[in-house]
Amino acid sequence: MTGNIAILGYGLSAIGPGVGIGLIFAAYINGVARQPEARGMLQSIAILGFALAEALAIFGLVLAFVFK
Amino acid sequence: MSLNVLVSLATAGGGYQTPTSAEFYQPLWFDGPFAITRPAVVLLLSVGLISWWLIASTRRTAIVPSKGQWVTESLYGFIRNGVARDIIGSKDFLRFVPLLFSMFVLILVNNIFGVIPPIQYPTMSRIGIPIALTLVVYVTYHYIGIKRVGVGEYFKHLVPAGLPGWIVPLIFVLEVITFFITRPLTLALRLFGNMFAGHLLLLLFITGGQYMIINGGIGLKVAGAGSYVMAFVLTIFEILIEFLQAYIFTLLAATYIAGSLVDEH
Repeated sequence: MTGNIAILGYGLSAIGPGVGIGLIFAAYINGVARQPEARGMLQSIAILGFALAEALAIFGLVLAFVFK
Repeated sequence: MSLNVLVSLATAGGGYQTPTSAEFYQPLWFDGPFAITRPAVVLLLSVGLISWWLIASTRRTAIVPSKGQWVTESLYGFIRNGVARDIIGSKDFLRFVPLLFSMFVLILVNNIFGVIPPIQYPTMSRIGIPIALTLVVYVTYHYIGIKRVGVGEYFKHLVPAGLPGWIVPLIFVLEVITFFITRPLTLALRLFGNMFAGHLLLLLFITGGQYMIINGGIGLKVAGAGSYVMAFVLTIFEILIEFLQAYIFTLLAATYIAGSLVDEH
């Protein structure tokens, strides 16, 4: 079995952002459930937070392909 | 069962080559650094298509809009009100709406091209194109920040006011790294990474499914059919991601521009 160990690094780097994105959307759902009229405002904040949390996983993905 | 499948795959003699990042380099004419590649053609096609659509749908504007005008107007309204006005603020958002709108439409159409059958190439999966788009945003937000307050004042504004003296150099270094390295890097890599990874995944499931159905035994043929189902599900997911990434890129560009416009920090 052959492969590239850098891909394992991508797997590790995806753990943190995965947990973070889950927390962000959990908070978003909570917020909308408590205050449905705030949905529009919360949505752009949630997606902004999602984009920022995702950055680490994207770094991992790109570096996995860079360090062959 | 699944172990048997794996073993038979492994002993099949390595006939299946998993797709790599090399699949994305597809020169059509010439070779080397000045090759006319497939993404270049797709990008030109998208620019032509967008120009034609925007001109055709807004040439005869009516109070009761036609369907085409309605689509264009709702997209424009979404960027103008939902992104530019909400993020930048109602005072001077209007001069950034053309930039944000053209960026959004260009990224959206190029991403959607990734799943439209005859084209099927997400242009943004070549890193050069997100870098070019990011460069526009990068120059814009630094330019308006420096033009508003001057160079020295701009660097002074990076540190929020009212911090204790000993922590200021530390925060200054962090903020300079954020403004000049992390922000453009993540902005370009996010768009590139999402499109690249999504397309690679589709490629893996479709070519893998094809190989298993053609070359495998009865168990592998079933697994190949399952692989095609996964490819279908992931295509739907890709369409969602493509919309989301175009929106996120525009949203972050607006956020960075807004950061250069406010008075403190």
